[in-house]
Amino acid sequence: MKVSIYRYNPDTDREPTMKEYDVDTQGKDLMVLDVLNLVKEMDPSLGFRRSCREGVCGSDGMNINGKNGLACITSLSSVAPGVKEGKKALVLRPLPGLPVVRDLVVDMTMFYNQYEKVQPYLQNSTPAPAIERLQSPEERAKLDGLYECILCACCSTSCPSFWWNPDKFLGPAALLQGYRFLADSRDTATEERLARLDDPFSLFRCHGIMNCVSVCPKGLNPTRAIGHIRSMLLERGI
Amino acid sequence: MVTRVTSVTSLGRNGLYDWLIQRVSAVVIGVYFIGMLGYLIAQPNLDYGTWKTFIGSVPMQIATTLLVLSVAAHTWVGLWGVTTDYLTGMTLGKSATCVRLVVQMVIALLLLVYVLWGLVTIWGGA
Repeated sequence: MKVSIYRYNPDTDREPTMKEYDVDTQGKDLMVLDVLNLVKEMDPSLGFRRSCREGVCGSDGMNINGKNGLACITSLSSVAPGVKEGKKALVLRPLPGLPVVRDLVVDMTMFYNQYEKVQPYLQNSTPAPAIERLQSPEERAKLDGLYECILCACCSTSCPSFWWNPDKFLGPAALLQGYRFLADSRDTATEERLARLDDPFSLFRCHGIMNCVSVCPKGLNPTRAIGHIRSMLLERGI
Repeated sequence: MVTRVTSVTSLGRNGLYDWLIQRVSAVVIGVYFIGMLGYLIAQPNLDYGTWKTFIGSVPMQIATTLLVLSVAAHTWVGLWGVTTDYLTGMTLGKSATCVRLVVQMVIALLLLVYVLWGLVTIWGGA
């Protein structure tokens, strides 16, 4: 099958190019990461990130035939009709909107800076109990669909609002994590957290186009989380 | 350190306020046009005199004033979003702030003219 891969080394290349490879998959429905490993055997200069190879670490987020996803859990048959059969090329590019370090490896600094801004850790000003802070099953259930995020950046880098204002708009991943702590019954910093989100950019630059929901490899819904934060801001502000 | 994102050119300098203004103004515009459509359907033989009496009545003058203000506010919030998305350093380089400010001021002046012209038309009694 034909594989077209974005190649760019900022130290030596004037501009990025798409390089084509012929890969023999023996008709198997491989994962995209398997195909990349076959390419790597042919061309060791190719750069990409990978680690757990089972959709847990979030290292191999990339743009696969126009849609962000994790290479390790995206099968060729799910990319687009004809890719597995070799009738259509597999096209791999780095996550959009972030600076390219090399080939499919992007600099995630802007993404992590926004993640840091939501202070993604439990804050509780009450005295610590002897054993642990307990939650009822109902309170714990509110965290379902929030805590599972693996920070692969597929969502934020598919969001046009994040492309245009990556320094001001927190992006879906950071906002999902922001709501994860707003929704936590053990966290007492709700007011401080909300006070940091009511400017015109941090949260309100989300226009609800839901690319984030469409691409999330874990099936999470950042748009819904953003809507919940907006409701909390509304209740606080009116 | 966490720094707050601020902007002196957004309508309310606050995201929630702008968001709310855009929703409320959208409802006003929607209700006005549905009401107007209903009136026009209910008046198949509408003549100028009837129209002038209807549109010149105090309730319609107030409703049309709300419409003009809503369109202006809605337009400002929307176009402010467009200018801060596309007229940035990423697309225009160093001149971005200057270009964005000029475009925003032109939009603001046009909207001001539109509002004043609208108010004169509605309340001028011509």
